[in-house]
Amino acid sequence: MDLSYGPTFDAFREEVRTFIATHKDQQPKHGAGPKSEEARSWQATLIKNGYHSRTIPKAYGGFGAEPDIIKSRIIAEEFSAAQMNTGFSGQGISMLTPVLLEMGTESQKQQFIEKTIHGDIIWCQGYSEPGAGSDLASLTTKAELDGDEWVINGQKIWTSTAHISDWIFCLVRTEPEAPKHQGISFLLFKMDTPGIEVRPLVDMTGSANFNEVFFTDVRVPKDQIVGQRGQGWQVANAILGHERGSLAPPDAAMTRLNGVIRLMREETVAGERVIDNPIFRDRLLKLQGRVLAMQYNDMRLLSAKINKQTDTQLAGMVVKLIGTELRHEIECLGIDVMGEIGISYEDNPYLRGNGSWQYQYMYFLGLIIGGGTSQIQKNIISERGLGMPKEPKIATVGA
Amino acid sequence: MEFGLSEEQTLLQDSVSRFLKDNVTLDAVREVAAGDTSDANIWRGLADLGIAGLIIPEAQGGVGLGMLEAVVVSEALGYHIAPSPFISSAIVAPTVLLAAGHTDKLGDIAAGNLRVGVAFSEAIGARLDAGVHISDDALTGKLLFAFDAHADAYLVNGPNREIFWVDASTTGLTRRSLTTIDKTRTICELQFNKANAVPISEDAEVMQAGIDAGRMVQAADSLGAAQAMLDQAVAYAMQRKQFNRVIASFQAVKHLCAEMASQLEPCRSLVWYGGHALSEQTADARLTVCHANAHLSEVAQFVAKTSTEVHGGMGFTDLVGLHYWFKRIGANRQLLGSPEAVREEAARLQNLID
Ligand SMILES: Cc1cc2nc3c(=O)[nH]c(=O)nc-3n(C[C@H](O)[C@H](O)[C@H](O)COP(=O)(O)OP(=O)(O)OC[C@H]3O[C@@H](n4cnc5c(N)ncnc54)[C@H](O)[C@@H]3O)c2cc1C
Repeated sequence: MDLSYGPTFDAFREEVRTFIATHKDQQPKHGAGPKSEEARSWQATLIKNGYHSRTIPKAYGGFGAEPDIIKSRIIAEEFSAAQMNTGFSGQGISMLTPVLLEMGTESQKQQFIEKTIHGDIIWCQGYSEPGAGSDLASLTTKAELDGDEWVINGQKIWTSTAHISDWIFCLVRTEPEAPKHQGISFLLFKMDTPGIEVRPLVDMTGSANFNEVFFTDVRVPKDQIVGQRGQGWQVANAILGHERGSLAPPDAAMTRLNGVIRLMREETVAGERVIDNPIFRDRLLKLQGRVLAMQYNDMRLLSAKINKQTDTQLAGMVVKLIGTELRHEIECLGIDVMGEIGISYEDNPYLRGNGSWQYQYMYFLGLIIGGGTSQIQKNIISERGLGMPKEPKIATVGA
Repeated sequence: MEFGLSEEQTLLQDSVSRFLKDNVTLDAVREVAAGDTSDANIWRGLADLGIAGLIIPEAQGGVGLGMLEAVVVSEALGYHIAPSPFISSAIVAPTVLLAAGHTDKLGDIAAGNLRVGVAFSEAIGARLDAGVHISDDALTGKLLFAFDAHADAYLVNGPNREIFWVDASTTGLTRRSLTTIDKTRTICELQFNKANAVPISEDAEVMQAGIDAGRMVQAADSLGAAQAMLDQAVAYAMQRKQFNRVIASFQAVKHLCAEMASQLEPCRSLVWYGGHALSEQTADARLTVCHANAHLSEVAQFVAKTSTEVHGGMGFTDLVGLHYWFKRIGANRQLLGSPEAVREEAARLQNLID
């Protein structure tokens, strides 16, 4: 067990701290949208200094550093400790970029990566359909080749950020005769292509973060496909791996838990501080123990990446399931310690933390469902982690 | 950076596990539990492997390893529900004696020739009318739920977190076995009537060091026991058939197992880090120990219940013996402080309580 990163990394940490100290006041203000000049120039500063898109080659607009897990970790630690804005995220950056690097053609890399990481192209992920959620591979939105173009017809749903996106990466059925996992292709196209209609769906938080997206004879150039025809399922699965682990990082959970502690010290019931109430305190301490376990689990996973250990498969599989459920409970405690004040929302003058407790409590329920529900995670853990029998697979669409 | 076990630590765990697999079969555990034999042979074998002197410095005849190695061994002992005085004689007692600078007995302890029990329950949370008072270095009163009914001597707590050494054969000491649910280990009551006692420490920190070390290996013991219950649940589910299929193919059963694995797997990292933190005396060591102990109490309890359910009626019988693990986990939960009490300590360590 050696938890130090070593002297070379101490120097690197100093470098990061210096950057933070000298750039803190250049951060975009809270609420600056992804298209704002402020946010875009901050993003450019981050990339130029290697604090975003660090390992993306210079040729594609990144910083071009050698992959170094420890350095990435140090950056994350220092930015989080200083509560620095970490720049753009979103599905184009976290999911599509890694897949293009791995499976895209040279011209796709040239065309998309630089613009994506700089925020010139915002992407949405068009996977789920009304009839294809957990059973994603049964999707029926179809694309047929007509000359040099795909013609797309069908409907997507739950498409986050579609209403503000420039492009979509989309799963469509291109070989209706093939077994269901082998008939899917991965297409990229512009959201202002004629025939696309986006209808925002208001979610339980009250905002419209996701959408229904309808396609009627949408014509897309033939070469806007990643991987081969019929290989879309493999391409999509490569990205799902990138997505899952990152949905509920334990360090963020600890930051929120520390926020609960602050709340408990500040809020009073009948003149007594909530922190002095043993029932709430015990709930807090229980959660703290669970978050700690996830933080060390994370450290084990980090170490496994660096040292190429192989016994961490199960440790990695549980992160999405436990992380999202845990986070939901932390936000729930934040609300409970406030009691009636905890139901305040929107313009209520007694709102705490900008309404983030209620918002995140609901938002994390969304993450328990999105990206593979908790039940689907348990299927995966029992089958791939514990070697139990697989759920019956239906090979044809609509069967 | 490397978070995990070194090759040596893995080898250590493997060699202890191999010994336990061969020598501490369920049948062997049953014999001890039934009182047909004591744990003496098992402890002899473990001592020959160096386990009795695991954390005792080489200069005092031990192996000179640290608390990370201790949790690694403890996990294996819990996995095999090994009857042994490991927690008291190999961990709490040496920790206390080393912290207090009393090194003369360590060689015998390391050799497995001297078994030291521990009676600290009253310092952690006195129940009933238990407790002792001291006059002229002699103890009077009683102490409940002491570790190890077969010990040669005891480290016992005084009224103010002092520690005394009392030989089991001292005049004025009466020892009474207390039956508990967990028959893989022994617990007793010590009654003192002007019993001679040797002062070991007046420093509350010394006792705390012993309690911390004990709680840490106890957490590892629960981790191992829970892992064994999970493994047995999966194995049983893969061979038991109902409705013409193995019950492991029922999603309800799969999800129970996935839930157990998901809660338990991160515990491994927490326990490793806790052992490391104690060895290195990091600033967060005590807090981590409290959390590891309390969290493992909760997770292991959940696994104990759930694994039993996966076994159906068979889980409830004496026949499969699953209940030995269930009960070991249940005892770990209460001894050295219940999870509620330990979490209160964790709160105090962070100044959440005035
Ligand atoms: C906040 C949010 C954002 C999202 N963003 C996007 C996005 O940007 N792009 C996109 O494509 N999709 C997105 N989704 C969709 C998301 O991936 C799906 O909601 C999810 O995969 C579940 O599918 P479903 O909603 O159809 O539920 P269903 O699949 O109908 O599930 C309903 C219930 O049945 C259970 N269930 C289903 N199958 C099984 C099974 N085999 N075993 C056990 N239980 C089962 C589920 O666990 C769940 O409890 C988002 C969802 C949310 C909540």
